[in-house]
Amino acid sequence: MSYQFDFSSITEYIPLLLKGMWLTIELTVFAVVVGLTLGIACAAGRGSRFKATRIIVGAYVELIRNTPFIVQLFFVFFGLPAMGVKMSETTAAFLAMTLNLGAYSSEIVRAGIQAIPRGHIEAGMSLALSRWQIFRHIIIVPAIQKVYPALASQFIIVMLGSSVVSQISAEELTFAANFIQSRNFRSFEVYFVVTGMYLALAIIFRQVFNLIGRRMFARN
Amino acid sequence: MEDFTLWVIISNLLLAARWTAGLALIAFAGGGIGGLIVMFMRVSPIKFCRVLAMAFIEVLQGTPLLMQLFMTFFGLSLLGIEVPPLAAASIALTLYTSAYLAEIWRGSVESIHKGQWEASACLALTRMQQMRHVILPQALRIAIPPTVGFLVQVVKGTALASIIGFVELTKAGTMITNATFKPFLVYGLVALMYFLLCYPLSRYSQHLERKLYAAR
Repeated sequence: MSYQFDFSSITEYIPLLLKGMWLTIELTVFAVVVGLTLGIACAAGRGSRFKATRIIVGAYVELIRNTPFIVQLFFVFFGLPAMGVKMSETTAAFLAMTLNLGAYSSEIVRAGIQAIPRGHIEAGMSLALSRWQIFRHIIIVPAIQKVYPALASQFIIVMLGSSVVSQISAEELTFAANFIQSRNFRSFEVYFVVTGMYLALAIIFRQVFNLIGRRMFARN
Repeated sequence: MEDFTLWVIISNLLLAARWTAGLALIAFAGGGIGGLIVMFMRVSPIKFCRVLAMAFIEVLQGTPLLMQLFMTFFGLSLLGIEVPPLAAASIALTLYTSAYLAEIWRGSVESIHKGQWEASACLALTRMQQMRHVILPQALRIAIPPTVGFLVQVVKGTALASIIGFVELTKAGTMITNATFKPFLVYGLVALMYFLLCYPLSRYSQHLERKLYAAR
């Protein structure tokens, strides 16, 4: 093989890579916070008294879970402006990631809710707790605690999936990689380094989520 | 100049959807074989094999599929071979599928009660015989629902092959959008076609799961 590897040509672009990585982190954190909230709301909506709510939420969850993220992203970024809703690349990326995570996390949270023993809810009712109090104290917190590991891995999948938003030119880590390799033509080296950065991010995120999990559910 | 009626758009997307399905089948078949090998290494009594398999799974589950595609596409070109996008996409998706299937199947193998291993060891079966006659037939039953479920992820994963220039459903959607300026309609149809491919698989997986737990 006559090819000479040259990783030194990347050094001058390190600030660009770090800037891209920062946007990846920001997008992930925002999407996780808003997406999980949406997911909990949808999980509650699927157990709603109203049939219409159940059907609408169910359709949203199934539509998102059975289509690729990139198509959702293109639909949000290219499709919605045709209907008059315009937004920046970063907003579109954030919106698509949130909608995606909302659907997946709602299924995970729902599994947790289904694992709550019926007796606990009945015990809450006999203590005259309101519907909201029962949901808040008896259902949702223990449910999330049960499924937290699954949620954490879904958050990491969303972080890794965010590399796709480079395709609508949101300037995150993969976008930085594409930009650099278009400048120095060292595509393999650049993607190798960036793949390593993603792996490091995934490992760090996993540790952070474990730490948050331990902190949040410490008293149990 | 061809006029893009709704029917022309739909028929072109359907033609491209064949490639999505084809690529998913290649990845699933290759990933099935690869996954089996990695799974055997992952539960092997030899530590070196276990560590190797763990590293493989960690790297493939800890990096974006898009990066794996880029690495395959640009990495293979370094060897001086012209890599067609279909080949690069097939290789990357096969590796990706192997890692996930290996993890799913390892879970099924490890969920088999330890007594089964001990009983078959008492019958003087070798490790391979234990796997072949005792463990795998039982693990298979548990493994089928999540495997079918993962097939949905593979179908969705093929969408990323559009980025390295392989013309499948998503790429066809982008090309038609560029010609017609109807992104809402075209991406809506693309999403619908993926949904029609994936939803039956999702439902089938759920059905299998319910059947499995009802049988217990």
